[in-house]
Amino acid sequence: MAVATLPTAKDFAVTDSHPDWCGGCGDFGILNAVKQALAQRGRAPHDVMVVSGIGCSGKLPHYVRTYGLHTLHGRVLNVATGVKLANRDLEVLAVGGDGDGYGIGAGYFVNSGRRNVDFTYLVHNNGVYGLTKGQASPTMQRGMQVKSMPEPAIIDAVNPIGLAISSGYTFIARGYAMAQRELVGLIVQAMEHRGTALIDILQPCPVYNDLLTIDFFRGRDIGHQRTYALADEGYDGKVHDPSNVDEIVAKQQAALAKSYEWGERIPMGVLYQIDLPTFEDGVASRRPEFETASLIDSARPGVDVSSLEDRFR
Amino acid sequence: MPPSDLSLMIGGPAGSGVNPASEIFMKACSRAGVFVFTNVEYHSNIHGRHIFFRIRTADEPVTSHVDRVDVLLALDAETIYGTDPHQDYQSHRGHLHEVVPGGAIVVDAKVGITAENLGRDDVRLLSLPYDDIVRSAVEEHGLEYNARRHAVMANMVPLGACCALLDFDVDRVIPIVAERLPERHQNLVPINRSVLQHAWQAAHDILGDEGFFQTLHPCDDQPARMLVAGHEAIGIAKLHAGCAFQTYYPIAPASDESVYLEALQADWPIVVLQAEDEVASMNMAVGAAHAGVRAATSTAGPGFTLMAEGMGFASITEAPGPVVVLYQRGGPSTGLPTRNSQQDLRFALQPAHGEFPHIVVAPGDVEEAAQYTHLAFNWGDRYQVPVVVLADKFIANSHFTVESLGLKGLPVDRGAVWTGDVNGAEPYRRHQLTSSGVSPRAVPGTPGGEFVTTSDEHTERGRIEEDIDNRIDQMDKRMGKLDIMLQEIPEAEQFALHGSDEADLTIVSWGSTRCPIRDAIRQVERESDITVNNLQIRLLRPFPADAVREILERANRLLLLEDNYEGQLGLLVAERTGIQIAEKALKYTGRPFSQDEVAQEIRRQVPMPEAVAAAAQGS
Repeated sequence: MAVATLPTAKDFAVTDSHPDWCGGCGDFGILNAVKQALAQRGRAPHDVMVVSGIGCSGKLPHYVRTYGLHTLHGRVLNVATGVKLANRDLEVLAVGGDGDGYGIGAGYFVNSGRRNVDFTYLVHNNGVYGLTKGQASPTMQRGMQVKSMPEPAIIDAVNPIGLAISSGYTFIARGYAMAQRELVGLIVQAMEHRGTALIDILQPCPVYNDLLTIDFFRGRDIGHQRTYALADEGYDGKVHDPSNVDEIVAKQQAALAKSYEWGERIPMGVLYQIDLPTFEDGVASRRPEFETASLIDSARPGVDVSSLEDRFR
Repeated sequence: MPPSDLSLMIGGPAGSGVNPASEIFMKACSRAGVFVFTNVEYHSNIHGRHIFFRIRTADEPVTSHVDRVDVLLALDAETIYGTDPHQDYQSHRGHLHEVVPGGAIVVDAKVGITAENLGRDDVRLLSLPYDDIVRSAVEEHGLEYNARRHAVMANMVPLGACCALLDFDVDRVIPIVAERLPERHQNLVPINRSVLQHAWQAAHDILGDEGFFQTLHPCDDQPARMLVAGHEAIGIAKLHAGCAFQTYYPIAPASDESVYLEALQADWPIVVLQAEDEVASMNMAVGAAHAGVRAATSTAGPGFTLMAEGMGFASITEAPGPVVVLYQRGGPSTGLPTRNSQQDLRFALQPAHGEFPHIVVAPGDVEEAAQYTHLAFNWGDRYQVPVVVLADKFIANSHFTVESLGLKGLPVDRGAVWTGDVNGAEPYRRHQLTSSGVSPRAVPGTPGGEFVTTSDEHTERGRIEEDIDNRIDQMDKRMGKLDIMLQEIPEAEQFALHGSDEADLTIVSWGSTRCPIRDAIRQVERESDITVNNLQIRLLRPFPADAVREILERANRLLLLEDNYEGQLGLLVAERTGIQIAEKALKYTGRPFSQDEVAQEIRRQVPMPEAVAAAAQGS
């Protein structure tokens, strides 16, 4: 349905449900950015489906007025894939935490990159499992110990950006929950991208992660903001000629190099982007009808199957 | 034995052409107007391990195999003698002992079996030089024999010999060969014909005028019937139901169905997605169901184990479906990947933690497999629950003759769909409490129907809620749907009491054992005055306890028959009706019951008068 006037963030506001996140949680920033980005994208609330995993981040669909599925731990990408393929007209936003996506859902993270279905995936990355009281998440680095951990981590962190590159994600970005304007822009870009778009969103967990705090990202200890915009330094992660293997390799290598940058400087923005055929394109190449008609429109319950039966006579 | 009731067997190593030879011959028989049943036993192996098809033909519908073999077509020695006797277990003794006196064995001469060393002097041995026959056929067409190119046709030799034995025209076989070969290989059709003819002649030369004790009579006045395997029937039923999204992860014996559907994607409105595992398969299907399309997945026990959490998720979020076809195989764990079982009933009844409603239905034969798959989609939509169709390897891989799948005219019921007022004062409630327990579902994309739902306990609005009263309301609402289902689903779909109301023996069963039970009852009732009926329970959750109890209470004698160790239906019946069925016929070998085995079980329960028994033995 075309909306008479362009939607605003208020159109996505929920009045009968209030976030139960802790004060100072990065989830608030991501929620606000989602609402603003949806408004900028110009989609009516009923044309959007937000699918989430389990954890604090998983509650996000309850606080945004769209269709919403709050699913299972680690399975958000599976459900989002099913939703999008059933109805291509929906704007599908997948939301989950770092444990959800890079731990229990790691297999689906990899395979969703390969599949490249057209939806956006936001990962709330705070280094801890908040809802279960602060255990190490897959992005916590070896040797780190936040206050809720009895012992420091003894295994290495996953590099989500690097994993995304090698998994075939066609849009890979990093955002910061407290940098609203930039995050809104990234989410809009991700939604506009054809294919699976990943935004790894750094965020503080004020209760359990006393290392990755707002002050840490502000760089109070080193005298300058740690996060910086890649675009400000002339970095261009977009592959301009997807048929040029040399360019692809060069851009992937540059993005991988940036993905290891941590400590005093943490890069933000689009690290890698390429236009490649989506899974839907692949399906349409087998079945042209899929190009224009979603499954929900082309399904024919009760269709005559006698021609199929006859093949067995 | 009716004149045309024939039991053929084709065996050899996997990869040697047993499958195509069997499929060609069974189709030729079906085209000739006779009723065909086939089943196949194979290892979890690509190349080399023993595989065999049983092809049974009859002049009436048959849905199971018999133990005897009239004609054994062998592509190797193992088919005749079995495996190395020095192995720890040698239950595979080959099939020589199954051949009836007067029967025939066709074997490749290079195996070295002669009438002298065969070990049976009461069967006809046709030891034919398979490769030489192919060579002569190739050369007849002016071509040079090339083993790499032509040896594959060796599997036509036993078919040609079989035609000679049964006085069956090889020209009934050739069209099937032609249909199976791609356009670019049509030039091989005449050569295949020559192989069949040369083999026919070679066999005929050995048999002489004496002929063979059996013939395969064509019935050309019969209507063209289908010869279809269960996995194909279920695939067709999904298309008929309007299933638009099928997911799967490769697993025996389930993936045949998905691969069949994959090949139809170009012309039918379905997308088949091969997922990274069964967790993904299940949850993709749940997502698609929530988004408004009929969605399905198919798997076997190991895959269903991974789908468990998705079952609970679909149920608590009241997804309309998906339909999960569970093709049981021998468990536990990897178990017997390519063998049959009914071991997953109890698992299907309680596949995940917590208490939630879902439907489990077990079709009894290939037509029911199609029809109940169709109905499963209706039920998924109507009651907003996931539905498990409990099939098995026997249904998946066996071929059955049917007039049609009986799908035409089955209703389509998409259940209650919300078409509310966009500007209504009340916001839409996805999990609204209603007298039917079913809340009209809004299809995402519908203005005003925006909802959120969650795997957490939730309110009518789908918000996370741990309040006690709300918990009671939502639990009662969901679980109450099980009672509504029992009230609304016609009793004729829930179970069937096949045969007369009053019988000497009532066999209690579920699922595909219906097939050998049907054939065995017919046999026993023909041979004696014993009357047997069969309570086949299709709907296993919710369970029609009252109706089942009533039937069991008035039965004269009960026999529980299942393809598992524990008698899982017996446990369910006891739990739901309080009735313990003492007499059990349980098989957990990984092989389906034969007609003969069921008949023996019946006779064990209801001994026949001696004279009748003697006559039956002699038949």
